[in-house]
Amino acid sequence: MTTSSQSTVTIRVLLFARYAEALGDNALVLTVSSPATLASVIKLLRSRPGGEILPERPLCAVNLVQARLDSPVEAGDEIAVLPPLAGG
Amino acid sequence: MSFLRDEPLDLSRLIVSVSAPERGAVACFVGTVRDHHEGKSVIRLEYSAYRPMAEVECDRIVAEARSRWDADVALEHRTGVLEIGEAAVAIAAAAPHRGAAFAACRYVIEEVKRRVPIWKREHYADGTIGWVEPSQARRPPVGQTAGDASLGPVDSTSQDDWAV
Repeated sequence: MTTSSQSTVTIRVLLFARYAEALGDNALVLTVSSPATLASVIKLLRSRPGGEILPERPLCAVNLVQARLDSPVEAGDEIAVLPPLAGG
Repeated sequence: MSFLRDEPLDLSRLIVSVSAPERGAVACFVGTVRDHHEGKSVIRLEYSAYRPMAEVECDRIVAEARSRWDADVALEHRTGVLEIGEAAVAIAAAAPHRGAAFAACRYVIEEVKRRVPIWKREHYADGTIGWVEPSQARRPPVGQTAGDASLGPVDSTSQDDWAV
């Protein structure tokens, strides 16, 4: 299989608070191999400048619902990577 | 109706909204901005949120409390810049009797801390600014159920805390 035949998916990721500061933006558009999971998105984020601040297993949400790292992600999903919560 | 508010919270309005002739008990909780954190003097706080998810999660928490204790519950959380002493979160829970009212109120604040995507940044008297992260010391041992209101403060840090 050649690289060009490998399908990819473009995903928009929202970042907040400390993570947004570290990665320099509160929204990033990433291209990952398909089929993709939340874990592959996190791995790519951690390889970017500033991404080392992310833990291996950060809190995440897909389409406003708490999600596990093995959750599949598709184009159009709203992915959010959440720093430790501090409400209240 | 919106759970996140940019303007000062009004507890009396929340109390009125949950009061009813058959509910003889109203329990309230107000979390206010403290002037210190881990030995540093705090002059103000800044709350930010993942608003759409925070609204959905607050709605779920309130619905859970209502059905579990046959209570009516009102909840609001501030966003933006808050001065010392200002209310950051306000909860009113009304039930026929005090046990259910207290339990519902406690459940809501603990679940807000555990599940609602809100962050705070402290401005210190020495001019520095820092994101507040839950202290490891206050977190329960692994394996305890975070939904148990008797546990006290529970904040979510990683995947393992949500157990989704």
